[in-house]
Amino acid sequence: MDLSELLAIAEHENAMRRPICIRCCTALGCQSAGALSVKQRLEEAVAEVDRTDIEVLGVGCMGLCGHGPLVRVDPVGILYEHVRAADAPSIIAALDGGEATAPQGDLQHPFFTLQKRIVLENSGIIDPERIESYIAAGGYQALYHVLHEMTPAEVIDVVTRSGLRGRGGAGYPTGLKWATVAKSHGDRKYVVCNADEGDPGAFMDRSIIESDPHKVLEGMAIAAYAVGADQGYVYVRAEYPLAIQRLQRAIAQARRFGLLGAQIFDAGFTFRIDIRVGAGAFVCGEETALMASIEGRRGTPRPRPPYPAESGLWGRPTLVNNVETFANIPPIIRNGAEWFASIGAETSKGTKVFALTGKIRHTGLIEVPMGVTLRQIVEDMGGGVPEGRVKAVQTGGPSGGCIPAALLDTPVDYESLQRVGSIMGSGGMVVMDDSTNMVDVARFYMEFCKDESCGKCIPCRAGTAQMLHMLDLIRSGQATAADLARLEQLCMMVKETSLCGLGQSAPNPVLSTMKYFREEYEALVRG
Amino acid sequence: MAARTFTINDQLISAREGETILQAAREHGIFIPTLCYLDGVSAVGACRLCLVEIEGSRMLRPACVTPVVEEMVVRTDTERLREYRRMIIELLFAERNHICAVCVANGHCELQDLAIAVGMDHVRFDYAFPRCDVDISHPLFGIDHNRCVLCTRCVRVCDEVEGVHTWDVAGRGADARVITDMRQPWGEARTCTSCGKCVLACPTGAIFRRGATVGEMERDRNKIAYIVAAREQRW
Repeated sequence: MDLSELLAIAEHENAMRRPICIRCCTALGCQSAGALSVKQRLEEAVAEVDRTDIEVLGVGCMGLCGHGPLVRVDPVGILYEHVRAADAPSIIAALDGGEATAPQGDLQHPFFTLQKRIVLENSGIIDPERIESYIAAGGYQALYHVLHEMTPAEVIDVVTRSGLRGRGGAGYPTGLKWATVAKSHGDRKYVVCNADEGDPGAFMDRSIIESDPHKVLEGMAIAAYAVGADQGYVYVRAEYPLAIQRLQRAIAQARRFGLLGAQIFDAGFTFRIDIRVGAGAFVCGEETALMASIEGRRGTPRPRPPYPAESGLWGRPTLVNNVETFANIPPIIRNGAEWFASIGAETSKGTKVFALTGKIRHTGLIEVPMGVTLRQIVEDMGGGVPEGRVKAVQTGGPSGGCIPAALLDTPVDYESLQRVGSIMGSGGMVVMDDSTNMVDVARFYMEFCKDESCGKCIPCRAGTAQMLHMLDLIRSGQATAADLARLEQLCMMVKETSLCGLGQSAPNPVLSTMKYFREEYEALVRG
Repeated sequence: MAARTFTINDQLISAREGETILQAAREHGIFIPTLCYLDGVSAVGACRLCLVEIEGSRMLRPACVTPVVEEMVVRTDTERLREYRRMIIELLFAERNHICAVCVANGHCELQDLAIAVGMDHVRFDYAFPRCDVDISHPLFGIDHNRCVLCTRCVRVCDEVEGVHTWDVAGRGADARVITDMRQPWGEARTCTSCGKCVLACPTGAIFRRGATVGEMERDRNKIAYIVAAREQRW
């Protein structure tokens, strides 16, 4: 494979396109609502009217998951929502002035217009099951450019100057991580993609993989070249069967096209990717536990340092980045560091993908520039809560916190969210209305953490169990003010002494709800 | 071998290169409580009792796995650390059924010693009283999960010193249990060589010699380190 072949594939693919394109979402959310039969029926309907100017394309996530199955007709730009298979003939008939029986969505709604799509640029547009579709969208050109025209140091420099920070939650500067792995000595190095997304209500990484798997692979390959790795792993949870299937297909296709494996683009660069499927432990999203699991051991974390960059898989330097981080890489290489750094906020560059869920009109996946406010996301894009008022927004999953409605003007960037007692996290955003009891919310997350604690360190294992017990006492009206104080002390202890991020952040939902909604705790407490 | 000089609790002390804070502190008679640490096997930093404050570090660091760095300033006994250690011990007592009065290790128990060392006069948390099994299927030894603190010293000594890996951990969080082989009764665990190193390593009365009664279970934990040292020196 060389550049001319790559461009020829793109050209051929584009020449195959028909004037009218009907895109049907086949990501897991829409599939579970019946998208596959919709797609099949659409194909049949096109065949029935014998129109060769129409193509039906299975694509990835279009974003508005709560209104699925979604079908989009281009170039007229019509979005159909809640499409049933029976609607298919009328959608085809509507092309000739008929009336479609499926409700139409508003593509001019802020939900769509306020988005800035970098990670999701191909999502809902290309066919995630065909590598040609990705190549036609410019795919793998960044990898070619990197391998033939840039040194590893130059790649790292671009990523550093772009200001990209880890999208897994902690926001560690990506360029710095890459540079550390590149400088570490080892007879072999590894690149690991963390796709063990486990926060309740989060589905960003799943959608990215289901909608545009090659983009993640290309980002990993560029990273491998930059740090000097020849083997990569995607660690993906078993609960994501479609993502695993599409990754497998994508890896096989890339291998067949010579875009993974030995001598990629004849540039003397070898990189292979294998999939490792998790067994359902949330803690395996923690990088040291994840690596133990890849090595075939019990997935428990170990103290850091040494960090994976220095001593990771089998003791060798290992780069661990999240799905969304890798997906940002090809656009950064293509458009340059300055372009990326011009998007977003002062210390948080680029965009962030959020899974908008909870009590909200428009449930789904959005990608917004860093620095937009929570209010814009919740009220403008999300359309607010269906009934009543917004009470709080939970970000960061079980590691994050609840931000009260009064702080909705907080901009979405790493530092601002931390300042109000939450975190950016991996991108889960759960909206709560005023029917929600915040003690219940804290209890929900604490039960999650208790169930997912691996049991290795005492503060997390025994502490989460005690915190859950104390929350139950409070909820059942058996606790006193002294219990409340003791709960706070225990929270601080678990936060400061736990071995890994799971325990260190497990008290956050309690601490943040106690900070902003203390009256709800006090109302339940005796004397 | 290069030497390092650093400060613990305002006292300037020396350490060999590569030594951990815990090793250097012990050499100088400075007490840092530990539970999962055992001389002779690898350190895992799991019990969090040896956490210390290091100047310039936001996080508390486990002394057992943190190497000494030149001019580092360490505090091992601040108000905060004392409070956290006591809470950790209390959490352990509340987690399972530790009843010293009927325990074979009474008087020779590291958990008991730690409770005294951290000044635990009562437990501020509600006891969980979980149902835990006792396995006395092995002809020589028994394990009482009521007394297990999941320090994994048995797991490590069995794997690293005896080299058979009979012990491991199964289950998660509060449901975690040390197990023999594939969670068979110990007596049916085919890999067990009945060497008794796990009995030596156990800090509490969880793993015991059968026939021992209250307070009789004394063990010489230095033997593990002695075996390891003897082996390494012969090689």
